[in-house]
Amino acid sequence: MSTKNWPLWEVFVRSKNGLEHRHFGSLHAADAEMALENARDVYTRRNEGVSIWVVESKHITASNPEHNGELFEPAQDKVYRHPTFYNLPDEIKHM
Amino acid sequence: MSEEQIKNLEEQFEARILRDDKIEPKDWMPEKYRQTHIRQISQHAHSEIVGMLPEGNWITRAPSLRRKVALLAKVQDEGGHGLYLYSAAETLGISRDEMFEQLHTGKAKYSSIFNYPALTWADMGAIGWLVDGAAIINQVALCGTSYGPYARAMVRICKEESFHQRQGYEIMLKLSQGTQEQRDMAQDALNRFWWPALMMFGPKDEDSPHTAQSMKWKLKRKTNDDLRQQFIDQTVPQAELIGLTVPDPDLKWNEERQSYDFGEIDWDEFWQVVKGHGPCNKERMDARVNAWEGGAWVRDAAMAYADKKQERKAKQAI
Repeated sequence: MSTKNWPLWEVFVRSKNGLEHRHFGSLHAADAEMALENARDVYTRRNEGVSIWVVESKHITASNPEHNGELFEPAQDKVYRHPTFYNLPDEIKHM
Repeated sequence: MSEEQIKNLEEQFEARILRDDKIEPKDWMPEKYRQTHIRQISQHAHSEIVGMLPEGNWITRAPSLRRKVALLAKVQDEGGHGLYLYSAAETLGISRDEMFEQLHTGKAKYSSIFNYPALTWADMGAIGWLVDGAAIINQVALCGTSYGPYARAMVRICKEESFHQRQGYEIMLKLSQGTQEQRDMAQDALNRFWWPALMMFGPKDEDSPHTAQSMKWKLKRKTNDDLRQQFIDQTVPQAELIGLTVPDPDLKWNEERQSYDFGEIDWDEFWQVVKGHGPCNKERMDARVNAWEGGAWVRDAAMAYADKKQERKAKQAI
């Protein structure tokens, strides 16, 4: 008898066409096909979706929150990337 | 890490929780926060799964197709809720198998309410109305908890659960409009489930050693006694509306507090059931262990089949 456990899968659901797939949660399944079937039962019992993606959790590479400083802080002082940085006269229209 | 570094991290952590930042799986967290959450989330998951048993037992005996599909859907939801919660607990570094192991060996607890038997059809009504009603009060309070995956699971569960309570109350309503025998059955179910439902909120605040820490981590947003009072205040009028009597001679509206005063809960009974001496503790655990052990070959077969398919695919690719 094998003692291998069913791997973990992450489930992404598109709730309706026009919207992106969003992370809904995770589940265990023997393979991708079963993961899809289980995701349908676990996460879309009330018409929550029109499309499902599953990906084995181990294939996701995630950033480390400890590196959040170097990753995300540099954007904080780049105010010139926002429209409000630019001083224009109030009379200007359509801009 | 030096002690000072840890202390520094802990201070930053407490500050994050204080300003309502959510904690996510890969964030640094104190070991005690991790362990407390694993314990609470896994026990919550176990409660959902064990909670399927008393109701699952009545699916084949539901009095009509309408009642049957509703009960079936409710029990399926509970299975789903267990899965959301197990997944949330797994993000803290415990495996699904370890959690089952803890449940099956009695190391992990589940809600005591499921150690009471469901004797009549009216119990399906009382369970949906009172047990799910109490669970909703607990769970709504948890939607704002600090651990992200737990809070998200709670939001999803709360959305799905209001149907559970309504289907239960509808069963009670229908019985209370029926024959004398049916009315007696509804009253009897209320009599048996009222006090255990009040116990679902846990020991009194003064006897609940974890409350202070759990409030601090927003793992609890309200105390056991506050939630219990809220449940009583909203449930008593619901009983009156369908002509049922809450089995508490000391129950009385308190004009000054704008709340019900109620009688003393039998805490000896509570602790007896928690310690494993309730009417159905053994039966419930036997059912879980049997399902797990009896299902082992199915899990293995599914894995073997998946491996075989994978191999075949690899061969075809050459």
